[in-house]
Amino acid sequence: MRELILFFFIVVAGTGGELCVSRAMKGIGEVHDFSPKSILNFVLQSLRLPWMWLGIGLMSLGFFSLLAILSFQEVSFVVPVSALSYAAGAFGAKAFLGERISQNRWIGIAIVCLGVTIVWWSRK
Amino acid sequence: MRIAHDFLSVSAAMASVAACSLLFLTIVQCTRVSHTRRLQLKTIPMILISITLGPLGNVFLGKGMKTVGPVVSGRVHDIIPIVSRVLASGYIWLGISCLLGFFIAHMLLLTWADYSYVQPATSLSYLSISILSYLLLGERISPLRWIGVTVICLGVLLVGRTPPSTTGEPPRA
Repeated sequence: MRELILFFFIVVAGTGGELCVSRAMKGIGEVHDFSPKSILNFVLQSLRLPWMWLGIGLMSLGFFSLLAILSFQEVSFVVPVSALSYAAGAFGAKAFLGERISQNRWIGIAIVCLGVTIVWWSRK
Repeated sequence: MRIAHDFLSVSAAMASVAACSLLFLTIVQCTRVSHTRRLQLKTIPMILISITLGPLGNVFLGKGMKTVGPVVSGRVHDIIPIVSRVLASGYIWLGISCLLGFFIAHMLLLTWADYSYVQPATSLSYLSISILSYLLLGERISPLRWIGVTVICLGVLLVGRTPPSTTGEPPRA
């Protein structure tokens, strides 16, 4: 039960945070120049966007849940199960970022979920 | 002794990131090709950097949290000593540094590629996390778990065969 709650935070808060960050990044646009000055500028620019801060907050919640679960479960169990965020990510990207998810991507995501189920069975 | 060891690990990690970035920059500079091809040529090295740094970070976090001890209670007076032990752990900071490098690579990727492409593509890290937790943490990985991880990677490969960007012009935030 404790594991399920922590996994819920890792998957839902973590993915929600990444979606917010992606929204902020798409607002800045494609990065063409990789000089240190323009990378610094890129970081400063991203910190001015509210979506970025919401994303950082949600990702932090996911991160602390990850730390808590890592204190009593194996890394090779926790990280693969957190791959459930793929399904959450695809639904979120479609609804929130307007990305078109092709049939092949849906099939890939379904296979990832199958793999997660198998890893869950290997739980000790 | 452990501090020296941590320092060496951090230096090694930073050197490998620098080498990867140099390779990446060379590839980008040498390339004068079509838009899609150019996108792939900068996307793939960036994904390689992500799938090395991310799992390495998680392995260090796992190692650090195992030395901190199990977090079993959510009560405030139980959490405070745990938080102080977490903050004092060298492995935790090493893990956070790796994840920070991973996060920057990930953000750069997201400026030009779809989230629903980047997220599955970087999930090849599930294979590297299994290998790293076996090699560095000595975790015994059952055949069932290897099968599960392989199935996850198969799903990832299928997703990686779809085009990097479907939305065309980026939406305004």
